[in-house]
Parts: sequence; structure tokens; C-alpha cells
Amino acid sequence: MRHLDRDGFAGLLALLVERGFELVGPTVRDGANVLDRIEGVADLPRGMREIHAPGSYRLEDAGDDRIFAWAHGPDAGKRFLFPPRETIQTGTRAADGRLDLQPAPLADRRYAFVGLRSCDLHAIEIQDRVFLAADPAYRARREGALFIGVNCEIPGATCFCTSMQTGPRCTMGFDLALTELEDGGFTVEIGTEEGAGLLDALRAGAATEEQIAASHDVTTRAEAAMGRDLDTTDLPNLLYRNREHPRWDDVASRCLTCTNCTMVCPTCFCHDLSDEISLDGLRAARTREWASCFSEEFSHMSFGEVRSSPRSRYRQWLTHKFASWIDQFGTSGCVGCGRCVTWCPVGIDVTEEIAVIRAADGEVRVADEVTG
Amino acid sequence: MATQAREAWIAGMPTYAATVDAIEPAAADTYTYWARLDELDARAAYGFQPGQISMVGVFGVGEVPISVSSDPAAPDRLAHTIRICGRVTHVIDRVQVGDRITVRGPFGRPWPLEEARGGDLLIVAGGLGMAPLRSAIYTAIGSGAFRRVVLLVGARDPSQVLFRDELERWRASGPAGLEVHLTVDVPDDAWPYHEGVVTTLFPIAGIDPEASTVFTCGPEIMMRFVMRDLLRLGVPQERLWVTLERNMHCAVRLCGHCQLGRWFVCADGPIFRWDQVGDLLAVDEL
Repeated sequence: MRHLDRDGFAGLLALLVERGFELVGPTVRDGANVLDRIEGVADLPRGMREIHAPGSYRLEDAGDDRIFAWAHGPDAGKRFLFPPRETIQTGTRAADGRLDLQPAPLADRRYAFVGLRSCDLHAIEIQDRVFLAADPAYRARREGALFIGVNCEIPGATCFCTSMQTGPRCTMGFDLALTELEDGGFTVEIGTEEGAGLLDALRAGAATEEQIAASHDVTTRAEAAMGRDLDTTDLPNLLYRNREHPRWDDVASRCLTCTNCTMVCPTCFCHDLSDEISLDGLRAARTREWASCFSEEFSHMSFGEVRSSPRSRYRQWLTHKFASWIDQFGTSGCVGCGRCVTWCPVGIDVTEEIAVIRAADGEVRVADEVTG
Repeated sequence: MATQAREAWIAGMPTYAATVDAIEPAAADTYTYWARLDELDARAAYGFQPGQISMVGVFGVGEVPISVSSDPAAPDRLAHTIRICGRVTHVIDRVQVGDRITVRGPFGRPWPLEEARGGDLLIVAGGLGMAPLRSAIYTAIGSGAFRRVVLLVGARDPSQVLFRDELERWRASGPAGLEVHLTVDVPDDAWPYHEGVVTTLFPIAGIDPEASTVFTCGPEIMMRFVMRDLLRLGVPQERLWVTLERNMHCAVRLCGHCQLGRWFVCADGPIFRWDQVGDLLAVDEL
């Protein structure tokens, strides 16, 4: 383990800029800790604490000098690696009707992500399984990117990464993983040769025994402070055999199908492809845009919607996330970040919904059409 | 620029421009659009298997998933049979001979004709269900690999019988080994064939449960009754196959719209063995 003091950390960010990376990190905007392009340490959320609860997120200024003493805001790396809206194809139509269809050019920018949590590094690995082999635009952004993870010290009240085995300590997916210590310095773990090269360039020395112990204490405290937990025992089969559980009706009576949970989820990958055409009919573009299984039109067919009820849409999302995702991609679709709980306007809590189904495993709804 | 155009890919699948050279009425509000890919290299290299789908598009409007309804042995000219029923297909309705459409594909798992060789091939089509089955019939009757090919076609009324001319031709003087039975739920005075839902043809079709492989396409409710009755007759569920449709945007298991349980219908299907999807289709709004 190596060590960087606060100036060394500032030097790391400056070095990344010097090497041509675009820095993406946490910064406070509109009362939230968002991920955006930053220029250096001054843009980071100094002294901020986050207060997470189902349906509630607030920032508080603790007035200290800490810059990573919070869980995470609404954004994850997804917003940059899989942008919410992206042109993927353009085309022109000649006067004789001939079509010329072109792929959108691949981005040549290189992102350096600063301050991603272990849950979000896992989320990127999960999205890799969807997009990396299939999608050249994602691949170009992903392979060019560099990741500076920061271990979590103060998880949110909606966090449950320990249950999903995705944190709080960074174990994969980083070039460098930092732990912010009380004195404002950082211990640094090396994930890749590129990360090691950065530390060498900064002449970062080895961490002392005390610093290493303090670094591990940070994530031990985070584990103990985890806000929620989820029993994942046999979870796919639990959900598969409870497709007619009355809890789906109960949650549907609260769910607004607003799509917030899918928009803040760092792994949700569903999207629309839509075409637009210029007024003269000669130029067209195909756009990929985040979509949500909570919207009615998501399952639109000529005969109507496959999932017209909110009950069926909530069931699809939760069962996909925790069950069929595993069949499809060999991993759960949930990293336990708790964003879907915090940013649900009515505070629906996936860990609670699953716990209720587990407690009443096998219960079956009485369908309206049966009872009249 | 030709090579550039071929790189307008979604997950490795190029979008091709194609020129429509014939439009044939196929049933009420339903037409078969024949088209050739514009690029000669792409046209020569193109191939598909029976039951596979294309994303058929109109420049600047959008795409819809449509099965290829022509003979896989002649892939240089592609037929897509389309009912005019939605946003994109209403624009396709205005397409004329000589106009461009786009074709992306082929996608999905084809009908497992190899697994059915040697025995009887029983094909059960309801309504527009003949569209993804016609390519399998062409391949089956061309191969001589089956003892019998039995085609049972049902529709709501005579106007809804897809490819009626071709079916009647096959029925009257089709290739040896092909047997065709037609039925409608609601006949008119001129309807000379059977009356009733498609399962009422089972007793007259001479089904050999031990040696039959079944391909089915139609409304899901129809397929569920077809499967129920065939299972009762003793056809093992490992030899019952259906094709499904769901909302598809990408057709390459990326966009997520077409999920049914664990399956991406576009890529894991659209053709499934009944034991892969039967229990899923029994769940309302899954």
C-alpha cells in the first residue's frame, strides 16, 4: 500500500489532466453530490455529508476538510460510459432515393473517474457483460477510461453493498483505490500497471503500518454502519416461485411507475432506439436513449402492452434485477448501492419488499377476475 | 463509401438499404414486400435460416421486427410479410415499388428442421402465424427429409387466411408428402373448407405422436391450446416448438424490451421449445 498526502492527491488529479484524461468526479450542484467533469480538488465536495433515507436525500455541511465522507450521489459511471442519450447512426437520402447509412464516430476522449465507490466499480463490471463485446461505442469509452476508486467510510442508510458482496472496500475494477484518512491524506492500493505508473511519477512512498491499519479501519467502520441488509439466499428461486405473490399488488399500490429507480440504477441497461428525420426528409439519425421497464410503452405491441399493470412492471424490474439477470449474465443486477430506495419518491425499499415476500413465501394473490 | 455504409452497425449487425421490387397482398391489411439489398456484395453474402427475423425499417421513421417469409434457398431476394397495424407499419403502407426500405438481420434462433428429420413435420399456423412458417415449409418440402409435412392453418375468417392462393395451390396439387388443411372460426358462404378453431383439425390430420415434430405460430392463446391438445395426444414436449413476438428495438439482446423471464426473445428465440416458455406464458403480463 502506498501513501499520498493531500497535495499528492491534488498532484494525481493534475497528472491525469496532463496525461490527457478528462476528469470526472463528485461535485456539489443543485443540493446534490453529482458526478460531472471537474478540474481539480477544488471542485470536490469538501466538508459534505449525505443523509440518505427511503425517498429522501440531503446534503449537510459538516464544516470540516474531508472530501469523501459520504456514500454516493444519484450518478454512477453509467452516465458517462452509457450516456442517457446518444446518436448511434446517421444517414442521408439522395435525390434518387439511395440511402447512405453511417455509424456515429467513436469518441476519442479518455475519462478518468475519481471517487467511484466499490459498488459503482462492480456496476461497471456488470454493464461490461451487457455492452463490452457487442457495442463499439461503449467499448471505446470503457477501454480508454481510468478508475480511481475511493473506499467508503460512511455508507448511506439505504446502502446494502455488504449483502451483495460488492463493498464497501474496493476489490476490483480500479487502477488505484484510495482511502481518505483523518489527516486528509490517502492510502493507495494499486490495481493496474497504469495506476502504479501514476504513483511512481508522483513519487508516492509506502504507507506506514499505522496508515495501513487506519485504512482498513475505515472500511471496517463502513461495514458496521451499513444501513440495510438483504438476505440473498436462493433469491432467484424465491422470486421465480412467487410471481403471483400478493406483495406485488401491495407495492403496485404505492409505486408511481415514475422510472426514477431505473434512472439512478448503475446497472439498468434497457434503452430505446428511435429514428428522427430532417424536415426535408434527406437526413436521419438513430438515437439510443435510456428506457425503463416501468413505462407502459416499454412492452408495447400491436395488440397492446404486455405489461399494462404497475404490478407486472414492478415484478419485471425486481425479478430481472435479482433473478433473471443471473441467468442472463452470470451476476446479480444489483450492487446494493440503495439509490433506487433513496430516489424513490414514495420510498419503496427493495430490501423490504423482498423480505416481505420471503416471510410469506408461497402466498398467492386472489385475482380480481376470480373473485369478481 | 460502400464499406463505410456496411459499418453502420448495431452490435455487429449492419443496417442495409434495400429496394422494394414487388408488393403482394397477403391477407386483409397485410402485404408481402419483396426487396433486394442495394449493395451487391452484401446481397451476395446475405443468408438466413427459416424462422429468422429482420428489423425492417423506413429511413428516419423506425424499425419493426418481421420474419423473413421467403425461401432461404433464394436469399438474394427477401420477402417480409407485414400487417399494417402500428406507427412504423402505417408508414410502410405508403412504400411503393422502387422505394427504399432498410433491412437489419437476420436475427434469432431458426426453426430446428434438422431435429425433425425422418419423421412427420406438423405445422400449425393461426392468423398471421404462416409468415414465419412459410420459410420452414419451403425448406422442408425442398429437402425430402420428412415422411410427411402436415400443414394446419386456422384463421378468424376467410379474409384473414394468409397466403390463401398459395395454400390452395399446395392443397390441390402440392409437392408429394405435403398435406394442407384449412379452417376458419367464422366462415362465409363461399368458404369450402373446415369450420372451427385450428385444434379441431387435429382429428383429421392423422397425427402420429411418436414421430411428429411440431412448429406452431399464432396468437399466444391459440398456441397454448394447440400445445395443450398435442401434449394430451402424447407428443413429447421436447418436440413442440413455438415462435414468440415481443417489442424489439435492437434485436441483439441489448435493449431489454423483449424480455420474457430469463429470455431475450430476439436472440434466445424467437423460436423456443415449449418447455422453455410454456410456464412463462401461463403467467399473466410477464
